[in-house]
Amino acid sequence: MNFKIALAQFAPRLGDVNANLTRILGLIAQSRAHNADLVVFPELALTGYYVKDLQTQVAARPRADDPRFAPLLDASREIDIVIGFVEEDARYRYFISAAYLSAGRVAHIQRKVYLPTYRIFDDARFFAPGNSLRAFDTRLGRAGMMICEDAWHLSTPYVLWMDGADFLIDLSASPGYGVSDAELASAMSTDAFLRAYAELTTTFVIYCNRVGIEDGITFWGGSCVIAPDGAMIARAPQFEEALTCAEIDRDALRRARLRLPTLRDEQRELVRHELGRIAKRELSQ
Amino acid sequence: MNDLLKPLQINPDLARKIIVAFIREEITRVGFSRGILGLSGGIDSALVAYLAVEALGAENVTGILMPYRTSNPASRADAELVARQLGIATRVIEITPMVEPYLAQYVDAHPERSEAQSKERRRGNVMARARMIVLYDQSEALRALVIGTSNKTEALLGYTTQFGDNAAAIQPLADLYKFQVRQLARALNVPDAIIAKAPSADLWQGQTDEGELGFTYDDADAILYRLVDERRHADDVIALGFDARIVQRIVALMQRNQFKRVLSPVAKISARTVGADFLYNRDWGK
Repeated sequence: MNFKIALAQFAPRLGDVNANLTRILGLIAQSRAHNADLVVFPELALTGYYVKDLQTQVAARPRADDPRFAPLLDASREIDIVIGFVEEDARYRYFISAAYLSAGRVAHIQRKVYLPTYRIFDDARFFAPGNSLRAFDTRLGRAGMMICEDAWHLSTPYVLWMDGADFLIDLSASPGYGVSDAELASAMSTDAFLRAYAELTTTFVIYCNRVGIEDGITFWGGSCVIAPDGAMIARAPQFEEALTCAEIDRDALRRARLRLPTLRDEQRELVRHELGRIAKRELSQ
Repeated sequence: MNDLLKPLQINPDLARKIIVAFIREEITRVGFSRGILGLSGGIDSALVAYLAVEALGAENVTGILMPYRTSNPASRADAELVARQLGIATRVIEITPMVEPYLAQYVDAHPERSEAQSKERRRGNVMARARMIVLYDQSEALRALVIGTSNKTEALLGYTTQFGDNAAAIQPLADLYKFQVRQLARALNVPDAIIAKAPSADLWQGQTDEGELGFTYDDADAILYRLVDERRHADDVIALGFDARIVQRIVALMQRNQFKRVLSPVAKISARTVGADFLYNRDWGK
């Protein structure tokens, strides 16, 4: 089945959930007007990135009785939605999470596993890490979600791929830095690994990065969709808000896997065995 | 160009795009539409003026010229040239009548420390802080935020007066080395004479930054880039062929002046302390 994806690259307002929710509902309506089947928002779209000590005020629980989630769940009756938010659990732990909403229900929650605490990042000071990495079924196909730093770990797309994901969705709040070349350094790095993931795993990679500035940190945008042969099929501009659509031709998965049968040939038992051996050795050291 | 500066080269289009958006966003999101800056006639404030005009429009940028009686008249002429080229309004506010009584009574008459250098430094700091008072008062008068003109080289060396020239609402150039400031200034067509002249705080006659520092900006930039951006050890930088005395002096200046780059330490008493574990961005809710 072919379908259409919308990438909602926008600038959330830091700590203002109501304003962001209004923006998000507007972008969902626009995506529907473009006949999109799925709209993807960036990491922490509901809250802004540097929430720091605001985490408790901006958090939501992904349930219909949460006033911040109810309108999103409602909207998902018409279009599938991937959205980044601060999740509070029943024991008051806070996570950077991504929700896949469809048909008025939460299809899947992925919590950010890798919380960076280097350079300009301090996620783990404020948030608890996710402890699972799972692909899940959607009406459009099997997908897996990664949140920003998760995608810098090679194992994340690998595990999701092995778990059956044909669509790797990366929600990001990636800061732009490095202006010594024709392209922004952070854009070049991200493009390189996303293309590599798409081509090596022969899956679709769907990347939604935010734009805007928080205390001098500029998020660079450049959201994109990459086909299973590594070809860029949609690309949002850098630094500017944009709603960018891409047509997904599911048959591209079949064609790419005939051309490059890495999925068929992947020796996951061997990988499991070797990782088991390595983990055991590390434990005994 | 010196080969050692090659890694510092920037793509001016990208830097310009990021900085222009930064000025516009960080000023308008807090409810302002205008910016002001101290226009000295030097390259840093000239470049900030060009970027601010691109971000806010010439009608929303005001240059404040704050000469002292010993200031080089050429500085003022250069500042006026920038204002004319950009079509921005200027205000000339002499600081001489503000600072002179204080300097005469408390600095010149009572040099607590005998060295001439200490007196010069005190005079220079008083002038820099008087300019800060003017800028912040004009900020209120014109409903315009103060746009800073610090660069990364002076921030790292601490070649700045705390609460003086480094006081600003936003800092568009503070992550660019002097070498990169020059490169960006050329791309924005800042007048050549301003780019080419010897940088000077113009706090006393004949003062130049490089003369006072004891090394050139090119040296400082090449060394700082390797120490700070590439995170090399000082010994490693010396082994690359840089003058050991300059490297050591730069390391010492960086460390000694860390206090100028942070908020003052707060004696922690309570469960939650401003500056320590009360953590919010400036842009919170904006």
